[in-house]
Amino acid sequence: MIGRHKHCIALADYSREELLQVLDLAVSMKEVLRRPIKKVPSLRGKSIINLFFEASTRTRSSFEIAAKVLSADALNWTSSNSSVTKGETLVDTVRNLEAMRPDVIVIRHQSGGAPKLVAESVGCAVVSAGDGAHEHPSQGLLDAFTIREKLGSLEGKVVTIVGDISHSRVARSNVHCLPKLGAKVRFCAPPTMMPAGAAELGAPLFYDLREAVDGADAVMMLRIQHERIGDPLIPNTREYSRYWGLNAKKAAEWLKPSCVILHPGPINRGVELSPDVADGGRSVILDQVQNGVAVRMAILYLLAGGAAGEGVGAEGRA
Amino acid sequence: MSETIFIEGGRVIDPANGVDGVRTVVLRDGVVAEVGERVERPGDARVFDARGKWVTPGFIDLHCHLREPGQEYKETVATGARAAAAGGFTSVVAMPNTKPVNDNTSVTELMLARAAAAGAARVYPAGCISKGQNGEELAEFGELKTAGCVALTDDGKPVMSAALMRRALEYARAFKLPLAVHEEDLALVGKGVMHEGLTSTRLGLKGIPGAAEDVMVLRDLALAELTGGRLHIQHVSTRGAVRAIRDARKRGLQVTAEVTPHHLALVDEDVAGAGYDTDFKMNPPLRSADDVKACREGLADGTLDAVATDHAPHSAVEKDLEFDVAANGIIGLETAFAVCLGVARTGAFTENRLIEALTIGPARAFGLPGGTLAKGAPADVAVLDPALEWSYDPAAGFSKSRNSPWKSKRLVGRCTHAFVGAKLVHGEK
Repeated sequence: MIGRHKHCIALADYSREELLQVLDLAVSMKEVLRRPIKKVPSLRGKSIINLFFEASTRTRSSFEIAAKVLSADALNWTSSNSSVTKGETLVDTVRNLEAMRPDVIVIRHQSGGAPKLVAESVGCAVVSAGDGAHEHPSQGLLDAFTIREKLGSLEGKVVTIVGDISHSRVARSNVHCLPKLGAKVRFCAPPTMMPAGAAELGAPLFYDLREAVDGADAVMMLRIQHERIGDPLIPNTREYSRYWGLNAKKAAEWLKPSCVILHPGPINRGVELSPDVADGGRSVILDQVQNGVAVRMAILYLLAGGAAGEGVGAEGRA
Repeated sequence: MSETIFIEGGRVIDPANGVDGVRTVVLRDGVVAEVGERVERPGDARVFDARGKWVTPGFIDLHCHLREPGQEYKETVATGARAAAAGGFTSVVAMPNTKPVNDNTSVTELMLARAAAAGAARVYPAGCISKGQNGEELAEFGELKTAGCVALTDDGKPVMSAALMRRALEYARAFKLPLAVHEEDLALVGKGVMHEGLTSTRLGLKGIPGAAEDVMVLRDLALAELTGGRLHIQHVSTRGAVRAIRDARKRGLQVTAEVTPHHLALVDEDVAGAGYDTDFKMNPPLRSADDVKACREGLADGTLDAVATDHAPHSAVEKDLEFDVAANGIIGLETAFAVCLGVARTGAFTENRLIEALTIGPARAFGLPGGTLAKGAPADVAVLDPALEWSYDPAAGFSKSRNSPWKSKRLVGRCTHAFVGAKLVHGEK
């Protein structure tokens, strides 16, 4: 259990204490990753299914490694098809998987709300690895972990998220997570990439990158999906890059010296980030990747019946 | 045999005739024989005690999906007509998006034959505007009318071609048929699955802006003005649409409109409250609180003529899915009265106005018989218990489907008896 939660689906539902429970445990998990023998028996005998309906290498590998370091058995189930084309419904698929007695199902799905539907259909714990434009809770947690690690604290820190906010589950998980930990979030995007009602999410909105990053302690650049171009959300990547991309010159002139740069990956080099910034001294992008494993270890540990959650997998069977 | 039915002691609400008070309603030979304060009762009359209840003209639903032919596992004409009667509806207009679609007389005739055999609510088929509902060629309006269609619609789909819509409005004039239109600009809808706003952003679901409806309503009002055609706007859901219709009527345009119980009672935030429950997914989607307020005002001031259910049965096969891919639509015939009564009791509109929008309002919009208790009118009557509290269990209802956002909810107000042509089609004898 993470606080009151049997599942990890939406950080919007998590309290400050519940977020901190994961982040604080992830500190110890990161220590495990730095040992010469990266294996602890915490989840021995537990099994975890990674059910991915959307392509993902990084997140799926991260969950898989997290499971293996904790000695859990991980199975990857990938389907590029939605339930409609596949001929088997999502509910049927997960009920079949559940019959194989996993302790946790990790799901990524192109439809917002799919992990909730899965959680209502099975008895085991469900972790969302991203659903549509809804949330990507483990990403939100690893971003918070990374910023806290780099800046020492999140209290009073300003985090600017730049890019396609409207399609971004990462932005949503961050805006539901960071403010509860004391940080202030700003959104910066072309107006076509700002979601409806964004002003009511609690983050000030900027169209101008320079204003948006002024005084920021961390800047998170989101990936521009190529299918959005001509959607018609933006005319082309060249114009996007000119007005909303970050290069070394802008970074040097506009950012505080201590400001760090995050990116959930994969990067479009030359679009939202120029290579010299992506690989430069402010970039904490590879730290995010490493911290992702630690955060996911913490989530799996808490939900798969680590000390605080004995017997979680059998509770509340529908 | 000519049995005489006396419905006694109830509050008769008959807005068509300005009646609201305790009266006795007498039905004989299929028609309303008399409505009076003191009527002498012959010894052989069948008596229904309606004390504490409301007695109204049978409700008329301008918009329901009976799924037959083609999707009988969701609903049939018989089960739909029976569900209608249970909800107080004595006449329903059946949408043509069956399989095959009702763009030809054989489908119309099949629906009418099934309805006659069912012996529940009267069923009036609506025919297609375009052949195959493809939005390309006109369907045979004349043939459809002769076979029994009372309106034309491509419901479920907008007529995206303004040129086709113009010709349809013109051509339908020859047959005095209203064109009932489902208004959404598909390019603006895109892959949207719920109302665009803070809630869609929070849920990460693609949004449908209210403007998708507004622009099509404005287009068709302009075309109605150009052609003099009879336009009826289906399931109005936005403030912009209500305002456009109100303005058009002020200019003297012959346009009518309907609103559903769910667009009067529920808002987009309810999708979040229900945790992506696909029984809150329909088209048009549940809108903002401000849109709901505008729809209530539109019903109150008469801009919206009718409450129509858009009863849209679906099975678990179409609904037990991700929100993105689940089918649009909810059933509504058996809950419409209670849901709307609940809204009326918030002060949004009067009880009298509600009954008007369920009876004479829709009757006039499509030129249908009924909706009135005038002497000689069809003996279609609903008896309603406005205080009856009940828990709605779709599985125990008459519809074959269960896709309702009001499942397991407490409702107040329910039809106890329905008569069609002086025949009891719902309720205890």
